[in-house]
Amino acid sequence: MAVEERDAAAARDGAAAAPDIRLENVTKRFDDVTAVDDLSLTIDQGRFFALLGPSGCGKTTTLRMIGGFEEPTSGTILLGDRDVTGLPPYRRDVNTVFQSYALFPHLSIYENVAFGLRRKGVKGDDLKRRVGEALELVDLGDLGRRKPRQLSGGQQQRIALARALVNRPKVLLLDEPLGALDLKLRKQMQLELKGIQNEVGITFVHVTHDQEEAMTMADTIAVMNAGKIEQLGSPADLYERPETAFVAGFLGASNLLPGRLNGEGIVGLDGGGDVRVPASALAGRSGRIAVGIRPEKLRLAAGGAQADGENVLEGVVAERSYIGVSTQYVVETSAGPVTVYAQNAEPGAGQAASPGERVSLAWSPEATFVVDQHEEGTR
Amino acid sequence: MFLHRHPRLIPYLLLLPGILFLVVFFLVPMYYLGFTSLQSGDLFAGYQFTWAWDNYRDAFTLYQSHFVRSLKYAGLATLIAFLISYPLAYWIAFRGGRWKNLLLLLVIAPFFVTYLIRTLAWKTILADQGIVVDALRTLHLVGEDGRLLATTTAVVAGITYNYLPFMALPLYVSLEQIDTRLIEAAEDLYASSVRAFLRVTLPLSLPGIFAGTLLTFIPAIGDFINAELLGTPRQLMIGNVIQSQFKEVADYPQAAALSFVLMAGILVLVLLYARAVGSERATRSAA
Ligand SMILES: Nc1ncnc2c1ncn2[C@@H]1O[C@H](COP(=O)(O)OP(=O)(O)O)[C@@H](O)[C@H]1O
Ligand SMILES: [Mg+2]
Repeated sequence: MAVEERDAAAARDGAAAAPDIRLENVTKRFDDVTAVDDLSLTIDQGRFFALLGPSGCGKTTTLRMIGGFEEPTSGTILLGDRDVTGLPPYRRDVNTVFQSYALFPHLSIYENVAFGLRRKGVKGDDLKRRVGEALELVDLGDLGRRKPRQLSGGQQQRIALARALVNRPKVLLLDEPLGALDLKLRKQMQLELKGIQNEVGITFVHVTHDQEEAMTMADTIAVMNAGKIEQLGSPADLYERPETAFVAGFLGASNLLPGRLNGEGIVGLDGGGDVRVPASALAGRSGRIAVGIRPEKLRLAAGGAQADGENVLEGVVAERSYIGVSTQYVVETSAGPVTVYAQNAEPGAGQAASPGERVSLAWSPEATFVVDQHEEGTR
Repeated sequence: MFLHRHPRLIPYLLLLPGILFLVVFFLVPMYYLGFTSLQSGDLFAGYQFTWAWDNYRDAFTLYQSHFVRSLKYAGLATLIAFLISYPLAYWIAFRGGRWKNLLLLLVIAPFFVTYLIRTLAWKTILADQGIVVDALRTLHLVGEDGRLLATTTAVVAGITYNYLPFMALPLYVSLEQIDTRLIEAAEDLYASSVRAFLRVTLPLSLPGIFAGTLLTFIPAIGDFINAELLGTPRQLMIGNVIQSQFKEVADYPQAAALSFVLMAGILVLVLLYARAVGSERATRSAA
């Protein structure tokens, strides 16, 4: 297996741009609910792709349409360059790790893993070898004879993975595969899954509502909201340069200060004062916008100390809470309350400013992003 | 207190009512039935216990054809009830949606009418002047003077109809419990719908099939109402014989011996069946 997988990995690196999955204007309606709304998406070969979004935003439905369990109301789904819209699941070169694993309770672990291979006519020693390798891949080589209910949640999760991967599909779909595990196991499995994906080089499409999980594992994330993709990019892209208030709020905390365009690379805040932002962040924007800053990018300084070219906002400390690794401040400014995370790198750093003290907040224009201000005050 | 010092006695204490019930209403009558089956004599002279094994010999020789017929009718009715109920239960379980409970109610609706009345109603339905026979005659599926009533078909149909809910309900329960994601998982792993059914749905509904067939077959093999109301003497089943031995001929020992043979026969069949189903499941999981 190892050699083939190196090959697969090499092929992936060579032809990095080969699209593996394409959704073209896919819409899915259930009665009066539009679960997926005119969604277009391209996922390249060998990617670890995460569909991230709040519960009910249409992630599972999107995944189920790729797997063939739901038919789109309109639109086209392609795997490789083959149009698979309308094909049943068993005619698609895709396997799924289901949310609650869906292991066959009446079959042994061995038979569970062998299920797909048997359907494809793999027999005898070949079957034995491949099932054995798949069980080894997830470190459960000696559990073949057990029944699913005799395994722990984490073990069942791995068997579900082995059962899907053993078929060497083009694409592996995972629907909240770690959702049923406790926190510690979940962290461990995140790394393991990532490792396995590296090893086998198959395209993974991973559905989750947990932003940390998506950021840890995926190389590309699509943030979904109400059946649409809000933004697609690398974890760093999404975190550093969110394009909508929703994305900014869903991936970590952020401060959004409402304002309007006030010249090239300049936003005038509603509460007074100008803020410099990267020109690219303003491209194509007009009307009501908001300036966004992550709390850890703000520097707290007593008085007016600041470097040239930095943005500055004056305010009064309203709250201070010490969290160990950092201290969290809420500063009342003319633009509204602003949250600041200050690293406790130096001894005594947690006491830098006390409630009631006047402070100025400084940050680099490069660390500033801009979102449209349709939605009210997402923080 | 006594129980505090002997906590291990508590489970047995809790079992006591059940055990008492079984002793009074099962073991004692069984003993009495066995005792009666080995008596000889007649109603006027009275019956004495004489180790009269003849009763058992007669049960096997004189009434063999009735046993065989009962086995055939009950087996056939069970099979037909299964073939009707499985798709029915499947449909209700997987496609019933919010109508599930109403549909189930419809399945057991006939039970709101007593057994006897239901079977008498069938007598009317299948009557020579009834609409069913009329329709079949019009379609030339039944000859000009052909009939349904008083035929084997009528008896088997009656048994099937009367015991159908006993088949349908356990099947429904076992099908309803199946997580549909398991079927999706099978299709995800390259099984066509038919294969997914054979490899996942069917084996997972095995407990329902087992319970349903037993719940249908066991009462059906001892049934006598259907043969009596819908059949002729040529359709008499072992239940009819026992009934007439007991109530009309008043040959209690013979009736008791026949009952015992029937019970023992059912017991053996059930054990064989349970073994077959059990080992079937065991081999599948080991394969
Ligand atoms: N089979 C269905 N019938 C009706 N509505 C559905 C069905 N499946 C999903 N929905 C609706 O579609 C929307 C998206 O659901 P889903 O894709 O499961 O969201 P997510 O996985 O992101 O939580 C929800 O509003 C949900 O209620
Ligand atoms: Mg979901």
